[in-house]
Amino acid sequence: MQISFTLNGRPTTVEAAPATLVSELLREQLHLTGTHIGCDTSQCGACVVHLDGLPVKSCTLLAPALDGATLLTIEGLQGAPGSNQMHPMQEAFREHHGLQCGFCTPGMLMTAVALAAEKPDLTEADVRHGLEGNICRCTGYQNIVISVMAGAAAMNAAKGE
Amino acid sequence: MKPFAYHQPARIPDAAKLLTSIEDSKLVAGGMTLIPTIKQRLANPAALIDLSKLGNLSGITDDGATVTIGAMTPHAVVAASELVQTKIPGLSALASMIGDPAVRSRGTIGGSVANNDPAADYPAGVLGLGATIVTSTRQIAADKFFLGLFETALESGEIITAIRFPVPLKAGYAKFKAPASRYALVGVFVAKFADGVRVAVTGAGPGVFRVPPMEASLSENFDPTAVAAIRIDTDGLTSDIHAEADYRAHLVTVMAKRAVEAALS
Repeated sequence: MQISFTLNGRPTTVEAAPATLVSELLREQLHLTGTHIGCDTSQCGACVVHLDGLPVKSCTLLAPALDGATLLTIEGLQGAPGSNQMHPMQEAFREHHGLQCGFCTPGMLMTAVALAAEKPDLTEADVRHGLEGNICRCTGYQNIVISVMAGAAAMNAAKGE
Repeated sequence: MKPFAYHQPARIPDAAKLLTSIEDSKLVAGGMTLIPTIKQRLANPAALIDLSKLGNLSGITDDGATVTIGAMTPHAVVAASELVQTKIPGLSALASMIGDPAVRSRGTIGGSVANNDPAADYPAGVLGLGATIVTSTRQIAADKFFLGLFETALESGEIITAIRFPVPLKAGYAKFKAPASRYALVGVFVAKFADGVRVAVTGAGPGVFRVPPMEASLSENFDPTAVAAIRIDTDGLTSDIHAEADYRAHLVTVMAKRAVEAALS
């Protein structure tokens, strides 16, 4: 079937079977390999993308769900448009060492950005609750939580400017 | 994944017709259970009937003495709804504890209730509040809807369109979650109405069930101490890799106390 959607700001049309997972479509057909497949069983969150602004697991989403929708992947995450800067959340992960091997990081970032956008005054408890669907096997989460708090504060500051 | 046909009907009667006419067809709402099940090859449907194009199945309405939630309403919307937070805060709290944010973006109340997973959260809220399941053909009381392990009173071709919840005086939910899946190892929903208290337990057995001794005691005195000494029988409770039946029985008492505390807070 033909599926038309907005991918990272660009109108996109693909031909895909209904049984195609969005994670497969992104990686194998559109060659956007920043979205990672960790467990492929809906548990690890490495494949999180934003569908119409909401965090979803692309390994548990069928391609027909994209039709008419807006999809943002890690490749589309950026600072001020055209600035060639990292997104404030990405900057915070770098600054606070919120990653080690980096495999879970795309999903962590997408979940964190959605979390911070939804609730401007995040507490540490909110962050830990909000990251329940994202698994990291390196960091022990401590620096990820610190990064998300800092990234959320930076996003708020950028909004206020 | 193995290929399947895909239908996106625009009307409920069309969806019902497809469901009865195509052998091995399945309805898909948010897909949070069905898609992983197909990926694990535990299901192999010939066709999926996607309910997302049906109009008017998503949204929350205030009917005064009841609150009606459309079957396709995602958990995140119920969790964030000011209406539900005001009228049935125990139910919005329950929705906020389901899975994780990505699951709550896609998963729907109708899908959860129709699937009747023995460890799902919503069945406890639906049975605990004595809600009514509204379908394409009739209305079913929660007490007659949940029939045990993944079994419901739904007939073939019958589609849930909404769940109607009576507004309680107080209600609360507490769960002890399995840390990896975040499903309920044991979850207890308590609801206090003018004519008595209802207590519903999920996760502990093969299906959601009520606890009459706790209901009687809480109807006399709606306080955590009223259930502290009530221990349910382990007969029929689940024993598995996650917990033995006697541990689950113990958790029912503890979660019931916490649910009452939550309802009173």
